[in-house]
Amino acid sequence: MKKYLLKRFVMSIITLWAIVTITFFLMHAIPGNPFAKEGKMPPVVYENLQKKYGLDKPLYQQYLIYLGNLVRGDFGESMKSRVETVNDMIERGFPVSARLGAQALVFALIFGPALGAMAALYQNKMPDYISMIVAIIGISVPSFVMGTFLIQFVAKNVSFLPIGGWGEFKHTILPSFALGLMPLATMARLMRSSMLEVLNQDYIKTAKSKGLTKFAVIMKHAVRNAILPVVSVLGITISNLLVGSFVIEKIFGIPGLGMFFVKSIGNRDYTLIMGTTVFYALILVLMLLLVDITYMLVDPRIRLTEEGH
Amino acid sequence: MKSKKLLILLSLLLVVSVFVSACSSGEEPTTPEPEEPTTGEEQTGEKILRTNNSSEPGSLDPALAQGTHESWILNNLFEGLMKHDSTGQIVPGMAKEYTLSEDDLTYTFTLKDDIKWSNGDPVTAQDFEFAWKRALDPELAADYAYQLYYIKGAEAYNSGEGTVDDVAVKALDDKTLEVTLESPTAYFLDLCAFYTYYPVNKAVAEANPDWAKDPSTYVSNGPFTLESWEHNAKIKLAKNENYYDKDNIKLDGIDFDIIEDENTAWQKYEGGEYDILVTLPQAVVAQLKAENNPELQIGADVGTYYFNLNNEKKPFNNKKVRQALVYALDRQTIVDKIAQGGQIPATGIVPPGLLDENGEDYRATTGDFIGYDLEKAKTLLAEGLAEEGMTVEDFNAQGFVLLYNTSEAHKKIAQAAQEMWRTNLGIEIGLENVEFQVKLDREKAGDYDISRAGWIGDYSDPMTMLDLFYTDGPFNDAGYSNPEYDRLIDIAKSTADQKIRFDAMREAEAILMEDVPIVPVYFYTQPYAVKPYVTGVYKIPIQYPTITYADINK
Repeated sequence: MKKYLLKRFVMSIITLWAIVTITFFLMHAIPGNPFAKEGKMPPVVYENLQKKYGLDKPLYQQYLIYLGNLVRGDFGESMKSRVETVNDMIERGFPVSARLGAQALVFALIFGPALGAMAALYQNKMPDYISMIVAIIGISVPSFVMGTFLIQFVAKNVSFLPIGGWGEFKHTILPSFALGLMPLATMARLMRSSMLEVLNQDYIKTAKSKGLTKFAVIMKHAVRNAILPVVSVLGITISNLLVGSFVIEKIFGIPGLGMFFVKSIGNRDYTLIMGTTVFYALILVLMLLLVDITYMLVDPRIRLTEEGH
Repeated sequence: MKSKKLLILLSLLLVVSVFVSACSSGEEPTTPEPEEPTTGEEQTGEKILRTNNSSEPGSLDPALAQGTHESWILNNLFEGLMKHDSTGQIVPGMAKEYTLSEDDLTYTFTLKDDIKWSNGDPVTAQDFEFAWKRALDPELAADYAYQLYYIKGAEAYNSGEGTVDDVAVKALDDKTLEVTLESPTAYFLDLCAFYTYYPVNKAVAEANPDWAKDPSTYVSNGPFTLESWEHNAKIKLAKNENYYDKDNIKLDGIDFDIIEDENTAWQKYEGGEYDILVTLPQAVVAQLKAENNPELQIGADVGTYYFNLNNEKKPFNNKKVRQALVYALDRQTIVDKIAQGGQIPATGIVPPGLLDENGEDYRATTGDFIGYDLEKAKTLLAEGLAEEGMTVEDFNAQGFVLLYNTSEAHKKIAQAAQEMWRTNLGIEIGLENVEFQVKLDREKAGDYDISRAGWIGDYSDPMTMLDLFYTDGPFNDAGYSNPEYDRLIDIAKSTADQKIRFDAMREAEAILMEDVPIVPVYFYTQPYAVKPYVTGVYKIPIQYPTITYADINK
């Protein structure tokens, strides 16, 4: 177990390094630069800016300097903001995005698997149709449509819900809902199909024939096995939710991290591109590790083989 | 087995703790302080103007500002030596009066007597000297340092070739500032109202270089002070009780949201959460215009939307071919049916709203240079192509492309131009959209046939548009070069005699519109919406609407 964890840890570090390196060189390979704008910037000013941010040095030097700073946890200065460093931006934006993401996740986790299980238990009956309609809407309606719809038809008519902005719990309700709908739908669909498969297994019949109540069979035997595919997508889902969504944050005017992912690239804000990418990679690697460990908790087969040793 | 269970428990705890910490720390900075009853002007009697600044400022340090998302806020926080009155005329601000030397090079400003910083310090001539030299410091690397290049020695210092002492701005005493220019600049007083020329409190900035990052250390000399700044969310200004003209300021404060999405901001305005909104979605402007909504204001703007023609590429090197493209565009249809924001069809390169030597509108007194003339366009194209030894089929075989940066609005205009050229001249131009940065790169490299561009002026003088096309100028992407044009620009730039200047500029524009290295499309406007109970908002062409003197009458 310890050996496995150590191996996973080393692999994670290598993954991160590869991501940093690839992103760094790809980013410098795309046309444009952080100071280009549709304006007449004299060469003198441009050179001063290049010098200030160390962009006048050869690329390999910039890379080594960046790696050195990164090891010390320093993401550097943003090339667009003269007020906040990249560390400041992540420290400020992440809690906002993570809060929304956590609320969205709770929402998705409560309703997604339940909806899927219901659909499977009442296959081809009304509950099945209803939950799958919800799932299809959740998957196929893009979040910018959903966000705009919520603002136009819900927020404008319900005085309690504000039209965008940030500050109190009421500001988080609609964006959390919009954000959670997609994972909810994905989970419902995964749950439905795996539940259908499980319900046809022999051990379910065995459990039934043992005289267990229907409820006990479903909760102890069916759900527990059927939920595994849902757990396996959790790592990516959590990481995606935690770091925020560009579209949702833009539409609702939320000062989160999601905005930076897209805007930094448009601005060629090199340090912010790196900062957000590395941070996201870090969260993703961490979540995948945790999910692997959680998997062992819920999958009886993994436990059995381990115990069989 | 036991240790494994423990590990599982631990990892689960970790997942939970990530959420909990995320949630709890998320609330910390966002919980509103209960002691600020700001938004409800009904309850407290406070007059707070609520609006949206569509983008997070990169800095609120005047030296580091570089665009409207900074200047709209800064214009309420600071005041320069000069300022604009509600008609756009330049009047003394921090300065009481000024004198100009015989050779039109040296300005001597005398400051007003009762001017103070928001922390109570007097505003001195030294503050101006310090601020301007600081903005020119190559180490600071300010984007807009070049706005100060009119001052003698400024460019040399900024490029690292000269020293700070050679920059010809000097505080003779606390109240007197002497500035010597590189060459006579008729619009220098106008520049003195521009944000790069704002003063900075020398004592504060020297003690704390990061003064502008934190509202608690932020010091300004204008009508308002910076009360709070929640990044990417909200900026609040409060009335500056130390401002000399505070009796004319009706507002107790201004609240800026920072919401980038135009539609969301519009919904908030419509829902009564804003009193004024400047960046409106195109569809909303069209709708408000159609229903003649009195809340919609169409303000003048100093800017021109145009297409660059690659003057080095055959057949765009031919003047007649370029002219044909210019005369074949029905601009009235483009602004009425496509742009729909009250834009004005371009009849030259200098937009209306800039005053000439007699104080009249330059565009109106100079007249129209270009327009829609189908017959002329057809003749010119035939002649031009013949001169280049080409036929229309040869032209179409080249597969020329109009390059624009990805945006729905640009796309519609490009499609309209494409269609007009096709039906009016029989020529085929393809369309290509690329990301903004890629477009800039390709323009600089000359790797394009036709490209979309736009320029918004920096100061209230036709020169802000005309010097774009100087040979090898930094924004001359069309690659235009005409010695006669350059000569006229040089004349206009070397004298403060308004008659000579304006004659030279008119002649230069005539040459430019004869050569048409570019295809002017329309003059920008700035639509904005104001609630009926708000008074005192006005718009001078070079700036965003001025909200400093607004009043709320509810």
